[in-house]
Amino acid sequence: MTGERSHETPTPRVLVRVRLPPFQTLIDAHASELHRFLSASVGPTEADDCLQETFISALRAYPRLRDASNLRAWLYTIAQRKATDAIRRMARRPTRELNGDDSVAPSALAPEPEPVDDGLWRRVRALPAKQRTAVAHRFVLDLAYAEIGTRMGISEEAARQNVSAALRRLRREVTP
Amino acid sequence: MTDDLERRLGAAAPATALDLGALRATLARRAAADGLLDVAYSAYDSPLGALTVAVTPRGLLRLSYADDAADTQLDEIADQVSPRILHDPVSTDAVRRQLDDYFAGTRRDFDVPIDWRLVRGFAGQVLRATAGIRYGAVSTYRHIATDAVSPNAYRAAGNALGSNPIPIVVPCHRVLHAGGGLGGYTGGLDRKRFLLRLEGVLEA
Repeated sequence: MTGERSHETPTPRVLVRVRLPPFQTLIDAHASELHRFLSASVGPTEADDCLQETFISALRAYPRLRDASNLRAWLYTIAQRKATDAIRRMARRPTRELNGDDSVAPSALAPEPEPVDDGLWRRVRALPAKQRTAVAHRFVLDLAYAEIGTRMGISEEAARQNVSAALRRLRREVTP
Repeated sequence: MTDDLERRLGAAAPATALDLGALRATLARRAAADGLLDVAYSAYDSPLGALTVAVTPRGLLRLSYADDAADTQLDEIADQVSPRILHDPVSTDAVRRQLDDYFAGTRRDFDVPIDWRLVRGFAGQVLRATAGIRYGAVSTYRHIATDAVSPNAYRAAGNALGSNPIPIVVPCHRVLHAGGGLGGYTGGLDRKRFLLRLEGVLEA
């Protein structure tokens, strides 16, 4: 190759209108799986709120979306962000209560009933966002690394590395 | 390599049931409150079969016989109006109550604003003229074309009526052939006859 291509007249950017399906179809197709993902990522109590926030944020941005080729991955990106926000909120909560900050919804203060959780998933929630997300995709949704990568907007290899790093860390923390 | 930790992660994954119906309702309410609900739709069971009602903050956008694929119609709305479309029976409630009254014979005029965004140009003129035909009265394709300022366009008027996105409420069933023939109807002539009987134009 002689680098000819770089001298070609650039193709005019054709403004192809993105065809977006009715937003309700996204809710109906993905709510259940997103809910499982979020239950793992933030715990069952916070999951409902996170799911709502995910869809409301998505709905707000939806008409301006310029790439409709992977709406599912787009939703998971938003859900991952909402999960990170929720985890930060939860970490700050005790301080807020001491300061008398009442901005936390009462339902969020309720104790979390997690009989099956076994403490392990609490540790997952304390992982860095990418590791936590990769673990939830891998062990809750049973996805292959290629698909995890697609949904997280990273390579298959990066997805695999995030899961490995998470497992190494969890093994150190959890005594068998 | 699957070790004990991985098995535990898979087995202990927190799973709680999602109430999809409740989520749909909550999202619709929140979206409406935040001004994000551009189009709300729901089904309506009429004596003519299932209908889909779609409303916007401007008014009634679409009323369709559900025999044509409902999904396709919502896709069209997504393209032409907005993709912020949610299933929301609360928003369509006012229209559905008026349809109840109409089919019960206790309502002659619909009192809902129309959102005309699905019709353009000549079709819009024809359908607005059609909206003025009173309950129990009828008009002709030629007359409607004249009202739409195009006397020779009665064939085009027929096409415009055939593409009516809001049948029943924009009463294209009240437009007949000049010779007294029924003409056509998108939902089928049986439905046109039913509506004209309901309104007392045809004998029961």
